[in-house]
Amino acid sequence: MGADYLWSYASVAVVGLLGVALAAGMMGLNRFLRPSRPTREKLLTYESGVDPVGTGWAQSNVRYFVYAYLYVIFAVDAVFLFPWATVFAQIGWAAAVEMAVFLGFIALGLVYAWRKGVLTWT
Amino acid sequence: MIHPLLVSASAPPPIDSPTIQYGDLSPLLVVAAVALLGVMVEAFAPRALRFTIQTALAIGGIVVALAATVWVGLGLDRASGDVLARGRVVAEGAVAVDGPSVFMWGLVLLFALVSMLLFAERRLEGGLSAFTGQAAAPPGSAMEREAVEHRIEHTEVFPLAMFALVGMMLFPAANDLLTMFVALEVLSLPLYLLCGLARRRRLLSQESAMKYFLLGAFSSAFFAYGIALVYGFAGGFGLGDIDQAVSNRIDGQNLLLAGIALMAVGVMFKVGAVPFHAWTPDVYQGAPTAVTAFMAAGTKVAAFGAMLRLFFVAFGGASWDWRPMFWVVAILTMVVGAVAAVTQSDVKRMLAYSSIAHAGFILVGVTGAFVGTRDASVTSVSSVLFYLTVYGFSTIGAFAIVTIVRDASGETTQLSRWAGLGRESPLVAGAFALFMLAFAGIPLTSGFIGKWAVFSAAWSGGAWPLVVVAVLASVVAASFYVRVIVTMFFTEPTGEGPSVAVPSMATTAVIVVAVVVTVLLGVVPGPVLDLAQSAGAFVR
Repeated sequence: MGADYLWSYASVAVVGLLGVALAAGMMGLNRFLRPSRPTREKLLTYESGVDPVGTGWAQSNVRYFVYAYLYVIFAVDAVFLFPWATVFAQIGWAAAVEMAVFLGFIALGLVYAWRKGVLTWT
Repeated sequence: MIHPLLVSASAPPPIDSPTIQYGDLSPLLVVAAVALLGVMVEAFAPRALRFTIQTALAIGGIVVALAATVWVGLGLDRASGDVLARGRVVAEGAVAVDGPSVFMWGLVLLFALVSMLLFAERRLEGGLSAFTGQAAAPPGSAMEREAVEHRIEHTEVFPLAMFALVGMMLFPAANDLLTMFVALEVLSLPLYLLCGLARRRRLLSQESAMKYFLLGAFSSAFFAYGIALVYGFAGGFGLGDIDQAVSNRIDGQNLLLAGIALMAVGVMFKVGAVPFHAWTPDVYQGAPTAVTAFMAAGTKVAAFGAMLRLFFVAFGGASWDWRPMFWVVAILTMVVGAVAAVTQSDVKRMLAYSSIAHAGFILVGVTGAFVGTRDASVTSVSSVLFYLTVYGFSTIGAFAIVTIVRDASGETTQLSRWAGLGRESPLVAGAFALFMLAFAGIPLTSGFIGKWAVFSAAWSGGAWPLVVVAVLASVVAASFYVRVIVTMFFTEPTGEGPSVAVPSMATTAVIVVAVVVTVLLGVVPGPVLDLAQSAGAFVR
């Protein structure tokens, strides 16, 4: 513990520094080697090959936040399902029931949102 | 050579199925189930029936949970001889079901029961509850008027209060830091929402919710950072592991001290101790009064319970490090609470500062850190439990009376408008005077016994200068409680006097219960004091 313990985090710092150095080195080298001949088309925002419409600062509808919420809930839920899946077979039925209860709780929230009309776009 | 960290990651230990003692946790599970059922009622029950169903569900659920709590309490082992703690650690070390836990479960359930009666009051607003009809409608808008015309009500307040109640029950019983953090959030988030749902003075209410949320989130961050540092010190989240690491004085004292300080900020914010009290007056004033009552009584129990468990069990071995800090905070809290209350002109703000002063008095008992001897048996834990009981009932009663002193624009919280209340309604003014006397700690009220208990525990714990300061602060505090009584009974009303609305059975019952408890615990405190005493120590 103590000094040794904190010292063991040095590897984390080294990895972090290496990562930054690698990215900065590659970008820097790229910039150094490439020719620079800007045209109007090249400076346009890349939008999957289609000509961009409007400005870069577009407003998105605030109502999307509901979908963002729901997405985050189910994404976190999926993250929890993965470790569960690896031990599910060892533990057996108890694990299945407990996960069903957990998913049930999340589903209750979804049912509430649905009944309150949050999911329909008016 | 391979780095040791890389080797240890290769073979994960097998994961066993956890054993959960459902019986011991049944009070928590019942309340959680009621909260979830409440959400389903919101989703499927017809609008006209919702209020009735939600009220019945909440009250019925709390009664069942109370019965379960009594059952769990009777099942605890007796404390005898060397065994000071009753109960055990359940759910893989996450929750401690011991005497103090069960006592606090019963306490918050009782507070929630009477608060639900206040929530269910609909007679004062002409058949509508004290909560806004449509929280999403901007205050003063056409949408809001439409909601009132259609008599829309937010009955979600009941499930929200039930979720907060689960958090309040889990927070003082949590036996590891992660469970404690989750409980803190479960307790706080519904309360932030509830604070913003007042029907009258909605901007003030929304402002209070916003302030409470921002400051509360900030304090939670402090708490979480403290948890991280303590984990770094002890290498474990369990309070028992931390206790062992602290007692063995392993290296990394800086981590421990910083962790203790940060976690103390988190819990002291929740109890409203100076200098983390700034939110209290604004939130108490802005929140719907029923919510204020629930929050003032329930959150204090939960937060002080968690504070006691954290500092007595996990950091007990480092008490020489944290007690000086508690001395300073306790003195500041008592003095600032008592002095600031004197200058208040609003009843709810006055009660908020009074709650700060009371947090200071309870901190005196905590700081004593007295575990009991054969002769002096009032321990810090039991004195704090008793104080929380008497303070909770008196404060719910006082806020219940605030809801019924009204004029055309709703509750009249201006203290000057309370002049002449004694003439208008001697019963209501008398009850309020009784609560004020109990807060002041006048003999023959419950407040006196409560103060005596915490002061005696602190005295036995060797914190006598603190007791002297506390007695002086009580004298200052008594002056403003007496001022309220003088205003009500001996001051001529200016213009039209205050009017007392006739509430339904629910609010009347709350006031009657609060009065009875306040008098009874002042005259015959024995049984409840014994019960608090027999709760024993925390299980390790």
